[in-house]
Amino acid sequence: MKKLKLLLNGLLKENPVLVLVLGTCPTLAISTQASNAIGMGLAATVVLLGSNIAISALRNIIPDKVRIPCYIVLIAGFVTVVQMLVKAFAPALNESLGIFLPLIVVNCIILGRAEMFANKNTVLDSALDGIGMGLGFTLTLFVMATIREILGSGTWLGMEIPVLIDNNISIMTLAPGGFFVFGCMIALVNKLSKGKAINKTEFGCMGCPSAAACGKLKQADCGKESEA
Amino acid sequence: MEDLIHLDFKGLVVLLMSAVFVNNYVLQKFLGICPFLGVSKKLDQATGMSIAVIFVMLLATAVTWPIQYYLLDPNDLGYMQTIVFILVIAALVQLVEIILKKYIPSLHSALGVYLPLITTNCAVLGVTILNISTKYDFVSSMVNSLGSGLGFFLAMVLFSGVRSRMEGGETPEAFKGLPITLVAASIVSVSFFGFAGVIENLFK
Repeated sequence: MKKLKLLLNGLLKENPVLVLVLGTCPTLAISTQASNAIGMGLAATVVLLGSNIAISALRNIIPDKVRIPCYIVLIAGFVTVVQMLVKAFAPALNESLGIFLPLIVVNCIILGRAEMFANKNTVLDSALDGIGMGLGFTLTLFVMATIREILGSGTWLGMEIPVLIDNNISIMTLAPGGFFVFGCMIALVNKLSKGKAINKTEFGCMGCPSAAACGKLKQADCGKESEA
Repeated sequence: MEDLIHLDFKGLVVLLMSAVFVNNYVLQKFLGICPFLGVSKKLDQATGMSIAVIFVMLLATAVTWPIQYYLLDPNDLGYMQTIVFILVIAALVQLVEIILKKYIPSLHSALGVYLPLITTNCAVLGVTILNISTKYDFVSSMVNSLGSGLGFFLAMVLFSGVRSRMEGGETPEAFKGLPITLVAASIVSVSFFGFAGVIENLFK
């Protein structure tokens, strides 16, 4: 039961994109086509699963002081593996994801989960958390891409939507549409949960996944800034 | 190395201008959204962060470009790009911070806060990888990085102005905080479409 809860946590209650507000860059950039969204989501899930397992298995070996660089190397390793697999077996996906495939390295969801969850929990729990968070990311990307693709290009997963294909709002697939749909989705989550879901209404240093490791936070005004 | 893109002076100016206005990293390419949303609340912070980003982008490009072409490519290690670049950038940022702290403490106190945040900023890793994948030569890469950094600066400064105006406004309950910021970003992003035709026709 507890294990199931861990798995489902990432899907809804702690959805990485809509509630924790992590990994905004790929969410905005890739969500123009539903098929790309699935590809990106699954690639990130594989990296997240691998890095969560590796980091939690090594959590007693990695010294605390150099943990962030170690995590980055581990994550970059998994990203390279995924990159090579995608290039070999899904070259079309590689083309459409472009720069955002190697940029999974700096996706805050992955470093964030390593720092918030994997370095404190057992291998099995971390694996479940990784799958849950990854699927939560995929699901959000997919929903957002569905909205943008149907409204913006009048297609969905290769199918043509009868009326909309001739009356598409092409700005939805461009950058402004991304920001707008993302803003509206977070507002919807806010509304449905009556403001409880997003406990960090202000997006600042304190919400950064590397906040705990960031020594600057204590001396700098950026920490206070976001609390105020 | 022969198939790299070489640009003359005019080409470089166009590249710089379009990197700032048309292919704006934040508003059109969605790179570096976290600092864009997080640090754009006050003008002085937005400026400090952007200057640090420009600096690190230039430095990172100056280091990663030779690594790619003189170290990775000749040894057939192109697939190591992601790992090597992120490590080089992380080490570089750390090094810059130590040097600044020792020799220019005044600059360190102004920019130092933002340096650790830049390590995991996807705009910096993004620009270095894009310079390689679009096959720019060294000079064009540096110009592209400068343009991208300036574009980041422009977006940050513009957006911090928008946000300070927004503070007094009455926002619907559900939209308070991040959602309204994103909607505002969407409108700022629309304004950048206006530049697309300008740059293309200016240097015909």
